Amino acid sequence: MPVHWFFMRVKSAKGIWTRNLYQLKREVDSVEKAIKRYLPIFVLPTLAAFVIGFIAPFIMGVGLSFCEFTTVKDAKFVGLSNYVKAFQDTIFRHSFWYTALFAIVSLIVINVCAFALALALTRKMRGTNIFRTIFFMPNLIGGIVLGYIWQLIFNGILAKYSTALALNQWLGFWGLIILVSWQQIGYMMIIYIAGLQSIPGEVMEAAQIDGATGWQRLCKVTIPMMMPSITICTFLSITNGFKLFDQNLSLTAGEPSKLSEMMALNIYNTFYGRSGWEGVGQAKAVIFFVIVVAIGLVQLRATRSKEVQQ
Amino acid sequence: MKKRSLLALAMVGALSVSMLAGCGSSSTKETQAPAGSEAATEAAGESAAADSTTAGDGKVYYLNFKPEQDAQWQELAKLYTEETGVPVTVLTAASGNYETTLKSEMAKTDAPTLFQVNGPVGLASWKDYCYDLKDSKIAGELTNDEFALMDGDSMAGIGYVIETYGIIYNKGLLEKAGYTQDDIKGFDDLKKVAEDITARKDELGFSAFTSAGMDGSSDWRFKTHLANLPIYYEYKADGIDTTDAIKGTYLDNYRNIWDLYINNATCDPALLSTKTGDDAVAEFVTEQAVFYQNGTWAYNDVAEIGDDNLGMLPIYIGAEGEDKQGLCTGTENYWCVNSKASEADIQATLDFMYWCVTSEVGTKAMCGGEGAMPSGDAGMGFVIPFKGNLESTNPLVNIANQYVADGYTPVAWTFSTMPSEEWKNGVGSALTTYAADQTDDNWNAVVTAFVDGWASEAAASK
Repeated sequence: MPVHWFFMRVKSAKGIWTRNLYQLKREVDSVEKAIKRYLPIFVLPTLAAFVIGFIAPFIMGVGLSFCEFTTVKDAKFVGLSNYVKAFQDTIFRHSFWYTALFAIVSLIVINVCAFALALALTRKMRGTNIFRTIFFMPNLIGGIVLGYIWQLIFNGILAKYSTALALNQWLGFWGLIILVSWQQIGYMMIIYIAGLQSIPGEVMEAAQIDGATGWQRLCKVTIPMMMPSITICTFLSITNGFKLFDQNLSLTAGEPSKLSEMMALNIYNTFYGRSGWEGVGQAKAVIFFVIVVAIGLVQLRATRSKEVQQ
Repeated sequence: MKKRSLLALAMVGALSVSMLAGCGSSSTKETQAPAGSEAATEAAGESAAADSTTAGDGKVYYLNFKPEQDAQWQELAKLYTEETGVPVTVLTAASGNYETTLKSEMAKTDAPTLFQVNGPVGLASWKDYCYDLKDSKIAGELTNDEFALMDGDSMAGIGYVIETYGIIYNKGLLEKAGYTQDDIKGFDDLKKVAEDITARKDELGFSAFTSAGMDGSSDWRFKTHLANLPIYYEYKADGIDTTDAIKGTYLDNYRNIWDLYINNATCDPALLSTKTGDDAVAEFVTEQAVFYQNGTWAYNDVAEIGDDNLGMLPIYIGAEGEDKQGLCTGTENYWCVNSKASEADIQATLDFMYWCVTSEVGTKAMCGGEGAMPSGDAGMGFVIPFKGNLESTNPLVNIANQYVADGYTPVAWTFSTMPSEEWKNGVGSALTTYAADQTDDNWNAVVTAFVDGWASEAAASK
């Protein structure tokens, strides 16, 4: 409960409230003091994990992108040559566009479907909990396993038409879209359901009394009130789209001829595919990081600005 | 409030997503042979003192390349530890993940002391880590210096197993089709036989070739092993043993043999990308096909059809002088000792290697077949290029030896000079695309991947 909330009340109802509020504020302060005192204990485990698992490897990784190395322990500084090689790589450029297209398409498909499902499953009808569980379940299976399972399914169907996933980059593309949609729609749906349930009933009621149609209620009330959930879901699905690796590796492995290779897989293959190219893979990873962060920030700003205060 | 709990939910969610993602990493098996019990250590004291110069406190960590021999190495490691008290750890990389595993293991404090490279190209990235084996005891055990991998004057690696591949065939089925091995003396004969079997496929009830699967579990048979032949003949014609710029002189022959494989097989060539190594094995042992390209290491997979029923043919591609062509024999398994390990560990590793190829238990485990391990399990069935080599019980190995004895020239394994994994993958993808749609344009893509890809990969790997 934010502290300023009490002061807002003070303005509207002076007098007897004031003293109680002072007491309350003192209590809040003492709790805050206690929290401050124990701050290091609360923060330390997470901070340590974050430093060891993220900050340190990240700094090392950036450093290594300027080096030539076989194992990460003994590296030789080579300046910007890794970056030059990375930008000259046509397959890497192709993988960027392919990944960007994938991220956009999956963003739209996943969020539209998840939102529609959330709307359907917040109605008063029987079995909504069962359906929520069922839609969420694919998310509990790891990406590699999913990739192999769907590869069997797709190839089984495509065999009837004498073709296969590995023969056409667009078959691979749509295969991946279907796979990640199946995997992530249920997950985003849960977030949307939580958002939908947080919309106060009286707002909807007021809109109804004012004569708003179902469509108008959806566009003018529900969606604006849902912007925080939309921010989170679009952020998750666009970054997941860019970072997709397991599913790509197991479903298409970049076939045919690396045309269905997305950025993360391209980086992995650069690192392990040729001797002497480990640093180039590292440089690509840094470029990739910058791109994902930039896109994530732009997207956050765009959706945040549309959020309304409840 | 709601907003905040929503955020918390989202964060928990994001965390679980990343945790799930973590499940996808490749699996490797690690077993630490237990340090010998007190009694064992004591008993070992004498033998250790006897056959190792400075057993000391060194330890051995072997990163094994061959998943099919993991169990045997684990057992051997345990036995060695019981006998000498030297701890031996064996880690086997998952199939196709050796370089990946090696790169990450070598960066650790307890890096492998014994690892493998696949030949000159593999050596290029690891040469700074290879201990010079020239003066080691195991080098003195080699029957032929050809099996040492040299980096200038330094002996960087020692091949520890010799393998042979060709076209394994089912004698019974071939006879049923009205032919014997004597009818196949070159590419034209092979083509005639295969196409005749395909023409009578329904009547005979089997196909000529097993599916040439281009799935990751099987594509190395074609993008690496089959591609060895055009490279071998080109090297032979030019009198060289490696190059930065392949010319592709024999690529038409490569196309011929590939056409033969895919158009006379059990499946539609368009579906090859989905066929696995297991599919081909299954087709061979259930007698759906006569020919199966693979090597001596595959014996346990195909043993089911009976030792007397197994034959091997050279892979004929129609090059000149192929009437004297034998099977493809060589190695891509070189042992290297990590030069950055401690003195004691290096010594312990050298002792372990020496023990493996000289002691009775070691040689029996490495060369023996059924029941050769002390536990009663099958041995590794290797042919080892050391003086302690025992006669093999693997019929495919004996067939290979017979070819040499009959005066056929073995085809060398030139594929260890292929410039990189990227090159192999490029050729493999192009072959898959060509198989699905056999046009000249698509074949030109194979040629481009082969010739131009070689030049650019060779340049890139410099």
